[in-house]
Amino acid sequence: MKVLVPVKRVVDYNIKPRVAADGSGVETQGVKMSMNPFDEIALEEALRLREKGHAQEVVAVSIGPQAAQDTLRTAMAMGADRAILIRTDAELEPLAVAKLLQAVVEREQPGLVSMGKQAIDDDMNATGQILAAKLGWPQGTFASEVIVDNGSAIVSREIDGGVEVVSLTLPAVITADLRLNEPRYASLPNIMKARKKPLETIEADSLDVDIAPRLKVVSVSEPPAREAGVIVKSVEELVNKLKTEAKVLP
Amino acid sequence: MTQSPNDAQNAVEREEMAFDVVIVGGGPAGLAAAIRLRQKNPTLGVCVLEKGSEIGAHIVSGAVIEPKALTELLPDWKERGAPLNTPVSEEKLLYLTKQGSIPVPALHLLMPQMDNRGNYVVSLGDLCRWLGQQAELFGVEIYPGFTGAQLHIEDGCVCGVVTGDMGVDRDGNHKSEFMPGMILRARQVILAEGARGSLSHDAINHYKLRENADPQTYGLGIKEVWEIPKENHRPGFVQHSFGWPLDNHTYGGAFLYHFGENLVSYGFVTALDYSNPWLSPFEEMQRTKQHPAFRPHFEGGRRIIYGARALSEGGFQSLPKLTFPGGVLTGDCAGFLNMPKIKGTHTALKSGMIAADAVSEALRSTNPEAQTYQERLQNSWLWSELYEARNIRPSFSKWGMQLGALYSGIDSMVFRGKAPWTLRHPHADNQTLIPAKEAPKIDYPKPDGTLTFDRTSSVYLSNLSHDDNQPVHLKLRDPALWNEVNEARFSSPESRYCPAGVYEANTRDNGEKYLQINAQNCVHCKSCDIKDPTQNIRWCPPEGGSGPNYPSGM
Ligand SMILES: Cc1cc2nc3c(=O)[nH]c(=O)nc-3n(C[C@H](O)[C@H](O)[C@H](O)COP(=O)(O)OP(=O)(O)OC[C@H]3O[C@@H](n4cnc5c(N)ncnc54)[C@H](O)[C@@H]3O)c2cc1C
Ligand code: SF4
Repeated sequence: MKVLVPVKRVVDYNIKPRVAADGSGVETQGVKMSMNPFDEIALEEALRLREKGHAQEVVAVSIGPQAAQDTLRTAMAMGADRAILIRTDAELEPLAVAKLLQAVVEREQPGLVSMGKQAIDDDMNATGQILAAKLGWPQGTFASEVIVDNGSAIVSREIDGGVEVVSLTLPAVITADLRLNEPRYASLPNIMKARKKPLETIEADSLDVDIAPRLKVVSVSEPPAREAGVIVKSVEELVNKLKTEAKVLP
Repeated sequence: MTQSPNDAQNAVEREEMAFDVVIVGGGPAGLAAAIRLRQKNPTLGVCVLEKGSEIGAHIVSGAVIEPKALTELLPDWKERGAPLNTPVSEEKLLYLTKQGSIPVPALHLLMPQMDNRGNYVVSLGDLCRWLGQQAELFGVEIYPGFTGAQLHIEDGCVCGVVTGDMGVDRDGNHKSEFMPGMILRARQVILAEGARGSLSHDAINHYKLRENADPQTYGLGIKEVWEIPKENHRPGFVQHSFGWPLDNHTYGGAFLYHFGENLVSYGFVTALDYSNPWLSPFEEMQRTKQHPAFRPHFEGGRRIIYGARALSEGGFQSLPKLTFPGGVLTGDCAGFLNMPKIKGTHTALKSGMIAADAVSEALRSTNPEAQTYQERLQNSWLWSELYEARNIRPSFSKWGMQLGALYSGIDSMVFRGKAPWTLRHPHADNQTLIPAKEAPKIDYPKPDGTLTFDRTSSVYLSNLSHDDNQPVHLKLRDPALWNEVNEARFSSPESRYCPAGVYEANTRDNGEKYLQINAQNCVHCKSCDIKDPTQNIRWCPPEGGSGPNYPSGM
């Protein structure tokens, strides 16, 4: 079986995003970018499936600008066998991403798509679901455990207040939640080897898919600054403030 | 697979890789050395280790830079798109009193060191990112996110570097994703770790390189980057100050540079040989912004980055022996900064280049030591520049700021740096504190949240990443010594000098005092490793990629 792992290049999770001075969006110029953390988890799961003998090949795919190559090199340094860049400078919504991924799936014919549950930049949490629907495949979202066995996958899903276990017939789409695994580090020799692994670039335009945005961004703003705390001297003062200022007590 | 001698007790099996040269540190010194090596010999295997998550992630500087060394390294830097976009256009040096300021007139005559005509205001982080790309074009292999954790020494000779282990938990156990560090073998190791490098420190001690040199003395630079309204931006405006708020015995001052797209770089350097344990370099930096000579520059702006880093101030007298079997010291970890100019970038670049020349020659010989390094340095402008500047910094420690400034003027103008004497640095910075009860307390104003800030909201803008579940990288060799000395005599100076709020003196329920170490806040400035009175605090590199992630503009 072949596993396809879509990986997105996002502003690194350690960076505090800053709205650009003109309010047009989040500043990405000169900001450190890395692989979406949920995609790292999805990739780790794919690599473990390969190590256990359930998969023979892990293919990473990224959709984005030329610089997304760096993210694909990281994926290959972690262990992906090869990578595909669907190159475009356009702003993409989940629907467009799912359509482009559908085109890749049709070409590559994987037995499983292992992807992150959401990207930490736009927090959409939709691409995996749309892709499964477009392909007519079963989906196991918010996975915290995946067991592949004989043409099916048993997926434990993190849901409100517990875990739901579903069984999917492969091929299927799985989206990874935080607790699925701890992704590995890329070692120095593997980073070196990754430079020689195949990376194919396909122009998004050549795939004949309508990727025009359906949404319009009205405005982007930073959360209001937190006001400085005050130290209260007594319980009475606290209760009083909760009533009159915070208005959380009647 | 082999073991590094130091691993014997842990029985860690380490993979090996071999290069001709391993460079520790991807700052200006390391990257210049890397580029120069491949320019000289494109077949050399050259690898650069950088502990930051990317090149530039740990770089804090001013920076007004002299382009001289860069031009020697890459004469076509303009065509290659080097980020030197803001020439210095206007310059002021101010002596501050509490409310007033006295400009030093005819600066270029009186203090030729401070003359910045022809220089550029840059983000050194961005310059390093660009240098990193150039180095890769020359075929250098750069590995960000990997620390040099130990020197690999065999038969008395440094034969490589051991990279840091990844995936070890707080108690030293291996986590599921554990990845042991590797031995990167090298015929020569170039140390380019910047001020107070940890491997450099080991090399200096192990090979007794400081035997014939003065102690190194340091400053702590704390810096903010602001984005200000376009109408207030004066690209290339450069201002330095001395005097208020520091007393006459404390060396230091503020800098403020307008550069880039509506950015202002503001910072404050406090010499770490200060004596009053109540002093807080962070708060000195904050309150200087309120001075009428600085305040207007921040009007209508917002602070976007915060960081801190020590710089080596000792200069010529403090240069250690620069070579040892199997390696060399370059840049700030050797101490090549020119303090009167407050510039160490051009000297770091130049020392990296000269080291590369000496190292590539050593690779062709059987001598394990790059012996021509010293001689090549002595024949370069770098040596004469540092020699001429040598008396200025110590004159301030000796006579205080006002007489020091007077002396500096005479030394530069009359003797042109060739005075027939050399002033010494008598102490290391950890020896200068006086007991807290003998020192005046300093009353710092409370932060207002718009112009001045506290440490917590500041460190937030350093974009720290630090997996909490890893061994603590700041260690007290002897916790009891902290109570005896730091707390009892000096009233916990680390809780004031640490610019990131890592240290807190706390009291247990039983009334006993202890030092709380919030290691995850550390911005890797190295001040605690330098200033701790008994050198009881040891800074070791944490897991690769930990620490600040300074963005573009820093
Ligand atoms: C606040 C401030 C203002 C300054 N202003 C100016 C100015 O205006 N003009 C000027 O020319 N100079 C200025 N300087 C000085 C200048 O920044 C330094 O002299 C210069 O950066 C030194 O270069 P370097 O390569 O030796 O070290 P650094 O620039 O410190 O680089 C060292 C690199 O090595 C990495 N490293 C360290 N240890 C390890 C390890 N064990 N393993 C892996 N990686 C490691 C670090 O993360 C860092 O990236 C200023 C410095 C400060 C702090
Ligand atoms: S802990 Fe030490 S090295 Fe880290 S920020 Fe504080 S003083 Fe600097």
